[in-house]
Amino acid sequence: MIQIKGLTKSFGNSQVLKGVDINIPPGMIYGLVGRSGAGKSTLLRCINGLETYEEGNLLVEGVEVKSLSGKAARELRKEIGMIFQQFSLLTRLSVYENIALPLKCWKYSNSYIDNKVKELLEMIGIPDKIHAKPKELSGGQKQRVAIARALAMNPKILLCDEATSALDPKTAKSITSLLNQINQDLGITIVVVTHQMSVLRSVCEEIAILENGKLAVSGPVEEIFLKQPQALKNLIGQKDLVLLQEGINIKILLSHEISCQPVITRMARELSIDFMILGGEMESYQKHTLGSIIINIPGEHFNKVKEYFIKNHVMWEIVQSNEQSSAEVDDHCLAMNFG
Amino acid sequence: MFGNEFWVELLKYFDKIIAPAIFSTIRMVTATMIIASILGFGLAILLTLYGPQGLRPREKIYKVLDFIVNSIRSFPALILIVAISPITRMVVGTTIGEKAAILPLTLAATPFIARLIEGSFKEVDKQLIEAARSFGASDMQIIFRVMVKESIPSLISITTLTAITYLAASTMAGAVGAGGLGAVALNYGYQSFNNTILYTSVFILFIMVQIIQGIGTWLYKKIV
Repeated sequence: MIQIKGLTKSFGNSQVLKGVDINIPPGMIYGLVGRSGAGKSTLLRCINGLETYEEGNLLVEGVEVKSLSGKAARELRKEIGMIFQQFSLLTRLSVYENIALPLKCWKYSNSYIDNKVKELLEMIGIPDKIHAKPKELSGGQKQRVAIARALAMNPKILLCDEATSALDPKTAKSITSLLNQINQDLGITIVVVTHQMSVLRSVCEEIAILENGKLAVSGPVEEIFLKQPQALKNLIGQKDLVLLQEGINIKILLSHEISCQPVITRMARELSIDFMILGGEMESYQKHTLGSIIINIPGEHFNKVKEYFIKNHVMWEIVQSNEQSSAEVDDHCLAMNFG
Repeated sequence: MFGNEFWVELLKYFDKIIAPAIFSTIRMVTATMIIASILGFGLAILLTLYGPQGLRPREKIYKVLDFIVNSIRSFPALILIVAISPITRMVVGTTIGEKAAILPLTLAATPFIARLIEGSFKEVDKQLIEAARSFGASDMQIIFRVMVKESIPSLISITTLTAITYLAASTMAGAVGAGGLGAVALNYGYQSFNNTILYTSVFILFIMVQIIQGIGTWLYKKIV
């Protein structure tokens, strides 16, 4: 659907994208994350040609975006809806007129527009606000209207630029579930730019982390959050873990196969050893629940525990307190195999 | 001052001198406003399209337009009327009378309006323009369906402001041959030592400004 290869882009002397490769298959919800200035919004704007790029390729359904201009570029944008952090609704137009605006620009008949707008209002769940002005709406309702406007042209792709960042967590959640529903019902490919991890977890199937204009990591969202590569740690910051100096601290990664099983207590009973639980967290993702638990075991039981983990296909790693060298960590870490 | 003498005097001159001058001023200002608004709006669109932050930036075109706008605006209306009198004579056939004044007044008002409209278009939220682009609106659709729509209140303010400014300019034009209230106040009032005519003219101008501003404010309130 969207193929990006070696994309570079500069603003004046500063290069914001330095050779980015991403492949987004049709029907997927794809997340672009990164810190401010990492180039994620710029990359998003390259997809619908709001920004140009210097080198590399960006193909949308096999068409090089850069090669399009004038009418052809507008035809492409018709196929790609976009929503923004600040909603970008025309303040002087009613909800109806805002949603109808793209259709009017493309000169659809009034009866078609009327049906389409009412259908979209039904879908976003605020048919009673049809004649309200944007200032009479709440943030979440405004974003719903913006989504309806973006979907008015029946696009194949929907780009979301920090679409939930200006909303409170509960409203953000209702918007992400609307996006999920749109993706399922209409099969639209959605590209989400965000810095809210909760949004990534609840809607995205795959994500790409951008760092200084480069692609640091990409892959299925569950895998990335489970493995916690350095790029993700840079992004969300590392949590201060309470680790014990004695014994061995082990992080057990609860992949979706084992997150619903009582791994910890079962291990304690089978091996008849005692250990301490230092911390843990569970997060629900689009399809599964994943998490991790950190335990502390006495050194002499290490081999027994290791064998138990291998036998039961449990992913794990040794966590060192910060004073110890990180090279050691790499030695102990096992390659993780995903089922 | 407002004794019997004043009213007798007023009645004597009102029909023959002041009333025609009122209509003359109204015609001058209306014609100037209509032509200059159309031309100024067109010029504002060009400035918005080709400006450095515009919809399709063209540096050279913008620089030329910018230079013309600034050049014309550097002349006070009174000087412009005198300075372009040869052109006025060529186009209108004369340099005196209300018709002759409309040309320089329009010429002065056009860049004035263009700058103000360009300014209010620039004030339109950039994100709205980006959003319009994102669903494939053309540049002209962005101007008419987004920028004009969003800046209607400020377009009303601009029209009100310009109308009052060029009502004042039209009276100044009276000093150099244009008719209207300005000419009456100066020629029949000030230079003929006739305070009745002078202050009546001033009072009528005052009322006219109040009416223009009143309509402007009422429309603005109605639309916002």
